Parts: sequence; structure tokens; C-alpha cells
Amino acid sequence: MTAKHVITFSTWFYLGIFFLYLFGPLAVMGVTAFNTPSYPQAFPFEAFTWHWFAVLSEDKDVLYGFTNSIKIGVLVVCLSVPLGLAGALVMQMVYSRARSLYYLVVVSPVLTPGVIIGISTVIFWRDFTTLTGMRFMYDGTVLVVLGQSSFIAAYCMLIILARLQRFDRGLQEAALDLGASHTQVFFHILLPFLRPAMLSAAVLAFLSSFENYNTTTIAILADKTLTTVLAGRVRQGSTPAISALAVVIISVTVIAAILYEVLRRRDDARKAIQLRNAATAEAMELSPA
Amino acid sequence: MTAATGHWLVLALPVLVLAFFVISARLEKRSIASFWRRNGTAVSIYLLGAVGLWAIFMIVLPQLFMVEMSFRPKLPPTQMGGPRDIYTLQNYKYFLFGSTSSTDSWNVIHLRAFAITIVASVLITLFNFAFCYPLAFYMAQVATAARVRVLLLMLIAPYWINEVLRAFALRVIFAGSGVLNRALQGMGLITEPFDFLGADVAMYVGLSYAYLLLLVFPLYNAVESLDKRQIEAARDLGAPWWHIHLFIVMPHAKPGIASGCTLVFMLTSGALAAPLVLGGPRTLWFTPIVYDRFYQAFNWPQGAAYAFILLLTCVAFVLAVLRLSRLSLGEMTK
Repeated sequence: MTAKHVITFSTWFYLGIFFLYLFGPLAVMGVTAFNTPSYPQAFPFEAFTWHWFAVLSEDKDVLYGFTNSIKIGVLVVCLSVPLGLAGALVMQMVYSRARSLYYLVVVSPVLTPGVIIGISTVIFWRDFTTLTGMRFMYDGTVLVVLGQSSFIAAYCMLIILARLQRFDRGLQEAALDLGASHTQVFFHILLPFLRPAMLSAAVLAFLSSFENYNTTTIAILADKTLTTVLAGRVRQGSTPAISALAVVIISVTVIAAILYEVLRRRDDARKAIQLRNAATAEAMELSPA
Repeated sequence: MTAATGHWLVLALPVLVLAFFVISARLEKRSIASFWRRNGTAVSIYLLGAVGLWAIFMIVLPQLFMVEMSFRPKLPPTQMGGPRDIYTLQNYKYFLFGSTSSTDSWNVIHLRAFAITIVASVLITLFNFAFCYPLAFYMAQVATAARVRVLLLMLIAPYWINEVLRAFALRVIFAGSGVLNRALQGMGLITEPFDFLGADVAMYVGLSYAYLLLLVFPLYNAVESLDKRQIEAARDLGAPWWHIHLFIVMPHAKPGIASGCTLVFMLTSGALAAPLVLGGPRTLWFTPIVYDRFYQAFNWPQGAAYAFILLLTCVAFVLAVLRLSRLSLGEMTK
């Protein structure tokens, strides 16, 4: 056995360990969802059953939490993408002296533990709504949306900022020279250019909101979301119905991830074809007839 | 000063910050009018409104209110704003001494939980870094493009499974009648089930497991931008493999390492799901204690003080990482 073989072998061994650690627990949990014993058990595998999925579909709290999580996720997307967009645009305009302070303020939620974001949101809005007489705003869903958006908007900002740095200012100036107003430039030049980044930001915002636990469990007050219902169930005791829910969530995520990847690849392929066509067209124009 | 005036002072602080921005704009000879002209009225209103709402009402004011509350005593609603509503250090005193009046004995449980949380978070971060670095390096420098795509897909899918479910998956394995105990008993290695949850083994594994992937992506991005020829040059010049990693790859990947490690430390020390789901009855972790101040003891000012202590620790950690790696915050959060 040569040194090369040793390296190849140890690489595969390491990759095997890594992915076993990553997928092993999830796979074991998946198996327990289809096994009959009422305590999550992977082996001995007694008999295959869909029973736990039926139990799950009759669980009112889980269903309520699920719809509430979706609702919160959509609201978070609607709030944090515009906030992140504004944050990124202002970042490009803010002058040198104030820039570092501004950056520190808007990026700080990314580096703050989620529990603390939840706590500070609840404390502030409790006092603020009492002070201003807007007590109806002190509501679990509102607080979760505000708390989650404070850091999810920062993720969105970072994604949009990365694309904004590649924006060609010349386009803007060309449009202005041709008589467009600043508002028109914003809607017809800048936004279409940022569209892909805003879409990924929206997907990321929804997923982050949907799977968030730390901020949510504090800010939700007496209301429920899927993750808080789940955490309550898990603490009460383990049942295969939780495994069944995990299987549902994991399948949806895996399908979504693969779908996203396939669509992106198809998009890449289409772009490559377009480029090639453009290149041949250009070559034909340039070549003397 | 009573706490009621303090409240209004806190609300006035953002005004001071805004004043700072306007003054620094003036100093640079730029005016608000030019901002308005450059963006058009509608877009200007949107930009200022959105950033104002976000920065002031969702980031700065909540944190300030939390800090302010941590210096106030717990009072029934009728006494709020009354003569007893004054600023005090009693919540911090309680964290240190377990009592708001006497300083005779230390608050052993909370202090120990705090120390364990910090030390364990650092160790877990280091372990995760050591575990993820080879994968990141393999994907960024060794593997073919097609294989990288498959590996990334395999990493992204579990990335979006929430913390509670991950912790539950480990609970299925580590519980008293869980998979691991059954396997060990089946092999005849142990006769009585071992209490992995009570011994905190499950919790530490769960904490490492929960945030593993948050380290892979920053590391991968950082190592990927390194020119392969640099590694080849070093190898041709006779550098041993650990030299290449220590003096070429890691210095290049420093921003990724710093940001990944900071993120993992912050998330681990602030983790709530893993300690709740995988901890035993005597498990010590700081975040559940903070949580209990609010929803078990109903002592919000004390909870605010505990949260502020945790926040200060995280800030100190970020500053230490920045100082050690000689990076700026902007380079790290790229």
C-alpha cells in the first residue's frame, strides 16, 4: 500500500465519520417513526406502521403551531427583506465616519444570542406599548415577527450587500442622463438587478424564521408556534409522533433543497446557452459577409 | 434619579445618535438635501423610515431597555414609578451572592453554571473547528467540482432542520431505553442502562451537533479563495503537510475561521433547546437559568441582568477574537 492509498483511505474514512455523525441520529429518528412501539425505538424493528403519522395529523396543537409558524414566516419575509434592502442601500451612502458605527449597530443582532434578542424585544415592547397606549401591539405574533426580523434583516442585508457591490454605477448614470428620475432608476434599474439576491434573502428569511426556537420561545408569550409546541412535547416525553413530524419536516426540506439546486443548475445551463448564442451572433456580425 | 426619568433618558438616546450622524454628515460637507435629491422623495422616505425602524426600534432601544431594567428592583405594578423605584445593583448582587442583601456566601449554582457554560462553549467550538476543518479543506481544495456540489447538497439539507428536532434525534439515541443503551446491553458491555442524559454527555454532544454546520460554510468559503498554486509551491519547497495548513491555509482563511468560531461560540453559549431537551435534572447551563428568571421566577429585572451578563460575555468573546486575529468586524462578517 502506497502513501497515496493511505491518504485516499483516510479521507474516505473521515468523510464517512463526518456524515455518519451528521445523518446517523436523523436516520435513527426516522426509523423510529415507522416502528410500532409507543416509545421511539429503532431496533428491534417490530413492524412497519403509518400509525404515528395518523396520530400526528390529529394533533390540534401541532397543526395550529404549523399554521402560525407559516404566518410568522411570511410576515418576517415581508418585513425583513425591505429592511435589509434599505440597510444595504444606506450602507453604500453612509459617510466614512459614521459608517463603522452604523455597521456595528445593524450587524450586532447577528452576533447576539437569540434568547437575549427575545428578552429585549419583550421588555421594550411591553414598556413602549404601555407608555404610548398601544397595548394591542403587545401580542405574541407581533413580538416574534419584530424580534426575529431584527437579526433576519441583517442576514438579508449581508446577502443584498454582496450583490450590490457588483452593481455598475454607470447604468444608473446612463439612465439619469437619458432623463429618468431617481425613483425610476430605483424601480427599473436597481431593483431588477438586485432581484436574485432579494429572492435568496426571502427564502433564507423564511427558513430562518420557521426553524427559529430561541428568540421565538421567549417572544411568543402565551401563543404557540411549531417549534415551541415541539419543544413542549419533547420535554413531556418522547413519542414516535415527534419522529413522524421530524420525517415530514426533513422530507420537505430535502425536497426543497434538491428542487432549488436543480432549478439553479437548469438556470445556469440556460445562461450558458444564451452566452454561447450571443457569442456566435456577435462573431457573425463582426465577420465580413 | 428615579427610574421614570431614566426611561425618558433612554428614549432620548437614539435622538443623540441621530444627531451624531447629522453632525458627522455636516463635517464631511454633505447635506441631507443632497441625499434627498439623489434618491427622490419616495425612496428617501422608505430608506430613512426602514433603517430608522430597524436600527432604533428593533435593535438599539430594546437592548437599552433591557440594560435599564436590569438596574431596577422587582416591584408590584402599583409601586412602579414610586419612591422605591430607584436604580440599584441588587440584581447583579444576586447573581454573585444568591441574595440581594447579604454578601456572606457565593451564589454557587448560578456562578458554576455560568463558568461551565463559557468553558464548555469554548471547548465545543474548538472541537467543532477541528472536526470541520478537514472537510472544508477537502471540499475547497481537493474534491472535484461535481463532488463538491453533492457534498454541499448533503450539508444544506440537514442545515435547515431545527434545533429542537436535532436535540430530539440525539435523545432517541442517548435515552435510558434508547438506541445506544440497547446496543451496548445487547453486546453485553453493560448490564444496567447508563444515564447519558444525567451525565451531561448527551447535552454536550447535542450542543456540538446543533451548530456543526455553521462552521463548515464560512470555513469552506474562506479556504476556497486560496490559490491552489500556493499550496503546490509550498509542497515543492518541501514544507511538511502541517506547515502548509498552519502557515498557509489557516492564515489565509483567518476571517472565515474567526467568523465561524464566533458564531458557534455565541450560539452554543446561548443555546436553549439542547440543554432543555438533553439535560438531566442536575444539568447546569446558563441560558435555561436566564429563561427561568422570566417564566418561572417572574423576576424580569433579574432576568434582564442575567441576559446582560451573557451579552457582555459574548461581546468580550467577539472582541477577544478580533484582537487575537487582528481583524476588523467588517472583515469578519463578510
